[in-house]
Amino acid sequence: MKQVIKGNHAVALGVKLSRVQVISAYPITPQTTIVEELSEMCAHGELDSKFIKVESEHSALAALMGAASDGVRTFTATSSHGLLLMHEVLHWVAGARLPIVLANVNRAVGPGWNIWADQSDSLSQRDTGWIQIYCESNQEVLDCVIMAFRLAEKALLPVMLCFDGFFLSHTSEIVDVPKRTQVDKFLPPYQPEFKLDLNDPRMFGGIIGPEYYYEERFVMHQDSLNTLDEYLKVCKDFSETFGRKYDLIETYRSNDAELIVVTAGTITSVARIAVDRLREAGKKVGLMKVCMFRPVPVEPWQNTLGKASKVVVIDRNLTAGLGGVFASEIQAALYSMENRPTIFPVVAGLGGRDVTPEDVEAVVKSALTGDKPADRPIFWGLKQ
Amino acid sequence: MQNRFNIPREVINKKELLQPGVLSCQGCGASLAMKLALMGLGERTVVVIPASCWGIIVGIWPYSTLTLPVIHAPFATAAVTASGIRAAFDIRGEKNVVVMAWAGDGGTFDIGIQSLSGAAERNDDILYVCYDNEAYMNTGIQRSSATPAGAWTSTTPIGAVKEEPKKDLEKIMQGHNIPYIATASVAYPDDVIEKFKKARGIKGTRFIHLLSPCPPGWRIDSAKSIQVTRMATQAKVFPIYEIANGKYKINVRPERSLSVKEYLKVQGRFRQIPENMVAAAQQLADRKWEELAQLAGND
Repeated sequence: MKQVIKGNHAVALGVKLSRVQVISAYPITPQTTIVEELSEMCAHGELDSKFIKVESEHSALAALMGAASDGVRTFTATSSHGLLLMHEVLHWVAGARLPIVLANVNRAVGPGWNIWADQSDSLSQRDTGWIQIYCESNQEVLDCVIMAFRLAEKALLPVMLCFDGFFLSHTSEIVDVPKRTQVDKFLPPYQPEFKLDLNDPRMFGGIIGPEYYYEERFVMHQDSLNTLDEYLKVCKDFSETFGRKYDLIETYRSNDAELIVVTAGTITSVARIAVDRLREAGKKVGLMKVCMFRPVPVEPWQNTLGKASKVVVIDRNLTAGLGGVFASEIQAALYSMENRPTIFPVVAGLGGRDVTPEDVEAVVKSALTGDKPADRPIFWGLKQ
Repeated sequence: MQNRFNIPREVINKKELLQPGVLSCQGCGASLAMKLALMGLGERTVVVIPASCWGIIVGIWPYSTLTLPVIHAPFATAAVTASGIRAAFDIRGEKNVVVMAWAGDGGTFDIGIQSLSGAAERNDDILYVCYDNEAYMNTGIQRSSATPAGAWTSTTPIGAVKEEPKKDLEKIMQGHNIPYIATASVAYPDDVIEKFKKARGIKGTRFIHLLSPCPPGWRIDSAKSIQVTRMATQAKVFPIYEIANGKYKINVRPERSLSVKEYLKVQGRFRQIPENMVAAAQQLADRKWEELAQLAGND
């Protein structure tokens, strides 16, 4: 059924349809309405779930660590400082191989306090072992919550869904809400091989010395890489059940493009308009949206971007002293190619500053005429 | 209450749940504490262990000395990890399970107090145990807020011994209005077993503070571990009592009365304690005992 809903409501509906059993979360702007809606759903029996109302994000994720170890389906949501407070436990649950799903509403990190869209929060957690998926629309957000549980429970790795604060969390869009019966078929109950079982007592997470730790982490890395293929299977099954297609990346008019713009999150929608305008003006420009970011889909990135001679990466995030995270990771992924495109890194829209189609057109035009990118990224739209 | 060892046999769980092979030091109170706790609790118990001596004592992968489900947890998360497990057992409809968080004084008094306070405020149905050896012993004897005033530790060295008295955690826990709060000591094993047996039957957050000697940290002979620990209660430095639904009861009336000085002087960690701090410790013990006696109805 089609509904006009905000991104945060889409998350809550996805959680409800996924029949999550234990929720634990702590409110933070702009994630708060997810917590509120889930509380309402639990209070009114729409969702048969235990909601542990904890005193911090660190505890929120630790509560789920305990619950997921007992073999139940778990969910949390947060933003920015909340995600950063979880940092220790993010590593822990990935290492413990627990299929927790977390929705992160991307928000800038202080100081100064800034509640608006910026992907620096989740990108700074890219080394925690979590699968990361970036969403562009409220439909994608809802669908990805459901797919995330399928993927996490298959891979035994936690999944972090990321979507831009306010641009999606507080913006209403038309969303086709799947039927419960269909979701039940797509996402059967979680039945782990190991859990805290009174009849089969085991110890989880204890000391492991240099003689085993290395192999244990290698297996985790391999399993993370294997989720690339696994996600494609999940997407195929999802498309067959619900009719909507998802992938590791999404491309737009990129097949014959000489220059491809790379984006993640809501800047993609803006860039699509810019691509259309540039095409009308006769420029061979296309688009690649980063969907899955961990594990890194090196092959799809190489196959798509390798056809172009130039790539513009727009980053709404910053690692100070380097530049944008997506640009640096794409540079790394493409480095082994013999005929790799020239990459033009652009940082834009930090702390929720608007990035318009005109902005994207302007950076693309400058890259089209320039031969060589600067050694450092361009900071587009800086006030002098 | 008996003053001598007199463990009532009928309350003891017969099945040994703690197996040989624990990796504790000689004279360690913490491994004995677990043995006594499980004698009272019995099976159908899940154990949560944050970073602590017990994170090692229990065994190194793939071995465990506990024949119970055990989960290790990040340092600050013992209580809330237990809360999460409880929620999962509840939603799965699995009944008659005790979820026990088993943390040291560092994991309880200091880094884990926020998560403990959260769980207690929600009155989550967990049993939280602090085995207290009065410093960060696992990392090699650094002060915690459970370290008594006058004690040497590697972060309160000679010439700068700890000045602040031990935090009164029972008062903090009492501020949460949970159904059961108790202190206990491995030097009074019958009391320990009875308290765990009692705690098993109570719903809501139960908190047991278990004094547990550390011979290397206290600078005592490992053979005298229990004797010295018994002196803590005899000197009224560590009174043994419970607060059940707000009602105070002193559970152990010491068989002999000692001065605080007599308790301190048998431990190397207090070798450099200044005289004025000994007097202050005596005053604190007297005041606390008086307060307790009043709360317990002065019987």
